Amino acid sequence: MNRARLMWRKSLNAVMLTLTGIAALAVVSILFLILGYLIYNGGKSLNWAFFTELPKPVGEAGGGMANAIVGSLKLLLLAAVIGLPVGLMAGIYLAEFGGKVFGFVVRYTTDLLNGVPSIVIGIFAYSLAVLPVKHFSALAGGLALGVMVIPITMRSTEEFLRAIPGSLREGAMALGASKWRTIATVVLPAASGGIITGMLLSLARVAGETAPLLFTAFGNRFWSPGWNQPIASLPVMIYNYAISPYDDWHRQAWAAGLVLLGLVLIANLGCRLVLSRTGAGRSA
Amino acid sequence: MATATTFDHAAPPQAGPRAFIARLRHGDEIAHVITLVFAAAILLITSMLVYELWVNSVLSRTKFGWHFLWTSVWDPVFDNFGSLPFIYGTLVTAVVSLVIAVPLGLAAAIFLADLAPRKFSDPVSFLIDLLAAVPSVIYGLLGVFVVVPLMRTVIGPVLKSTLGFLPIFRGPNYGVGFLTAGIVLAIMVVPFIISVSREVLLTVPREQREAALALGATRWESTWQVVVPWARTGILGSVFLALARALGETMAVTMVIGNDPKISASLLAPGYTIAAVIANEFTEATGNLYLSALIELGLVLFLMTFILNGLARILIVATERGGGRPS
Amino acid sequence: MRKALTLALFLLGLTATAGAQSSVLLNAAGATFPYPIYSKWFDVYHMQHPTIQINYQSIGSGGGIRQLQAGTVDFGASDAPMTDDQLGQTKVKVLHFPTVLGAVVPTYNVAGVSGDLNFTQKALTGIYLGTITKWNDPEITGANKGVNLPNTDIVVVHRSDGSGTSFIFTDFLSKASDAWKSKVGASASVNWPVGLGGKGNEGVTGLVKQTPGAIGYIELIYAVQNNIPYGKVQNASGKFVKADLAGVTAAAAGAAKSIPDDFRVSITNAPGATAYPISSFTWLLIPTQIPDAAKRDAIKGFLKWMLTDGQNYNEGLSYAKLPKLVVDKEQKAIALIQ
Repeated sequence: MNRARLMWRKSLNAVMLTLTGIAALAVVSILFLILGYLIYNGGKSLNWAFFTELPKPVGEAGGGMANAIVGSLKLLLLAAVIGLPVGLMAGIYLAEFGGKVFGFVVRYTTDLLNGVPSIVIGIFAYSLAVLPVKHFSALAGGLALGVMVIPITMRSTEEFLRAIPGSLREGAMALGASKWRTIATVVLPAASGGIITGMLLSLARVAGETAPLLFTAFGNRFWSPGWNQPIASLPVMIYNYAISPYDDWHRQAWAAGLVLLGLVLIANLGCRLVLSRTGAGRSA
Repeated sequence: MATATTFDHAAPPQAGPRAFIARLRHGDEIAHVITLVFAAAILLITSMLVYELWVNSVLSRTKFGWHFLWTSVWDPVFDNFGSLPFIYGTLVTAVVSLVIAVPLGLAAAIFLADLAPRKFSDPVSFLIDLLAAVPSVIYGLLGVFVVVPLMRTVIGPVLKSTLGFLPIFRGPNYGVGFLTAGIVLAIMVVPFIISVSREVLLTVPREQREAALALGATRWESTWQVVVPWARTGILGSVFLALARALGETMAVTMVIGNDPKISASLLAPGYTIAAVIANEFTEATGNLYLSALIELGLVLFLMTFILNGLARILIVATERGGGRPS
Repeated sequence: MRKALTLALFLLGLTATAGAQSSVLLNAAGATFPYPIYSKWFDVYHMQHPTIQINYQSIGSGGGIRQLQAGTVDFGASDAPMTDDQLGQTKVKVLHFPTVLGAVVPTYNVAGVSGDLNFTQKALTGIYLGTITKWNDPEITGANKGVNLPNTDIVVVHRSDGSGTSFIFTDFLSKASDAWKSKVGASASVNWPVGLGGKGNEGVTGLVKQTPGAIGYIELIYAVQNNIPYGKVQNASGKFVKADLAGVTAAAAGAAKSIPDDFRVSITNAPGATAYPISSFTWLLIPTQIPDAAKRDAIKGFLKWMLTDGQNYNEGLSYAKLPKLVVDKEQKAIALIQ
């Protein structure tokens, strides 16, 4: 082989390895900057009261966001219950059963849905779930967030199911399993790593959304019993406090941002722990 | 795509009700129907959304007609509305953010998936996934406190002194503007690109890589010429996700773009996007025509997303080469 | 795994349903400007009357009006009075109850200027119309003798989000200048001839602080709480007044004698030597017909409290008190709620 050409290829190799490494480093440093900023500003105002007390009006020391933390958890639960099954099932359909034309239409539509501004989705949920009953509710907020969860879940489910090689499917069928059995017991577990990542990504995204909740879950300074009342949430509290003129509220807003991130972190860790314990993972 | 026939130890599939019942009993048809229903539900939800947008924007549509799309005024007091500056701003910020985020994100994903040891890349990508959960308000605050001053004092002057002859870098530099918004958006969408692309790259069968290496390819060559093309559709999927997020992002953008509904060639000038103006003005809008115009903006954004997605897909098909995963 | 999940859900549901007995729950929505004082009031009132919970969310004046019209909230709040059109579209008759007073002040960032600048009415309208573009324009230097104003461009900053603050400011500009009134008008969102848009008070303040030569308008509370320097504005009597709570109350007192029965009045550019010209009421929007007796009594009780004890909390949070004339008139109007 031509010496010069080999040298070129080898140096290209080294250069690209370095460049991609630099790119990864750049992204990671930005990440650490954001996390560090959040931890620094939020950690200052984090105390036990934050997790246990209700919000106090400005000027009074203490007060916390206990109702907003519980509220965000409840809303995320609703979003998961409403959105994840739809995304998962639709993804399975597209990967395993779908026709070419119908599949194309569904995929296209899902991308469109993903691009709708979150406030428009909020308005949509408002006209569906708030106007007819004339009151705000956690259910309406969960509906808005659930709709936003669908696109990312569906896309990743479909992608990772498709990545499973046909040999795995055919092997199962050769042993006599029917199609749905193959999907449920062989293909899905094999793709679960990627699918769970997609689900967690979509939940992480909606955990931080403010606009869709303004007209659906509304917000609440007090505890919100059940699912049919207005409910507080961390992003809405952050929004209210960040635009206020008070330093104390600004600090609480940063603390809330940190807590929100912490919640998502714990959820992520928890799911991955469960995954690794049940032995599911990638097929490679 | 999975095979359509069932290797069932019963008789091979036939048309006719009896065969259908037989398949039903074996659960396959049920699975097919159930998943189909959910897929159709997505179509239903989206159609309902478009219907709501259509119905609630009727006042504005009848008053302005098609002029809404190419008029540049936005006057809530005298009830005169046009969407052109917002369309422009949305497009420009989305393009800028993708131009920054896609190469950066893809390079980082390649590094984390293929070239870095797993012990390093697993925790790092876990942390990157976490970035997706940062509320956009926080990104906005970071934009205001970090990116805007940086743009005004460092990046802007550097660009103007080196590339200032280009029309995209002319004019006064306030710190807020299209470029700042594009940078903040890029930071927000890069986790999606990295996260999904990395996962997809990891699904590429080892045999593909090893075959390339066995033929004498360098590590980079096997990655770039074999692994990445194999994962092409997944990577492009992540770019679609990023594009969608960039088009619809509200809070963070409105804090750093300057909120001026004007069309400027310069990236350093302030601008406005559809999502930002809806977020800014929806809660305070009291007039019916005003509200209707805002909702019509939402409809316009939907149309834009429709067209952009279509163009992108055509681009993909047109550039299809060999090397992709057999479908 | 499944057991743990059900247990967690059960506990979640339990904690969530605690404290739901026989209380009166009121939901209200509207203006962001008075959010701090309202949250204070509703909290104090709840402590004095533990069975009454008033949940107020600041989704914006327009949002408050629309939710009131849609019937999703029990009462609303707005920085701008409802127009006749809006009142016509509301199924039930609505009463406006002024609650506190606020003011809008001009803040700026000019090199070499550390004291208070005087702004004539012509100067402010000219700057925001874009006809006055430099800091050493005669209109500005004429009112600030002895101050060395540089020959730099004025960078105009306004609010990007629709807001009561913008309404008050543009209302003032409309009264100060016919050109402004015919070209731009007064509203929570207008078609600004020039300038950058900052989101919220903090957005405007941030832009002004970071941009040399900038001028913006923000709420008085915000300026006071964050120690932001602001200038003096010329009032209808020609005097330059620096905004403070006394000046705002003086503006309201000046307009109080001629206040209409429905309390919908603009007090910008009010007469009086000490009146601050960019002041405004903010209102609670209460429906006259409230079918639920418990809710009706709760609202009436709160209004009575707000007009007496409640006003004592205003100044601590940099809001001005209502003048006595207005309070007396409102006390009588409470009887109209049935």
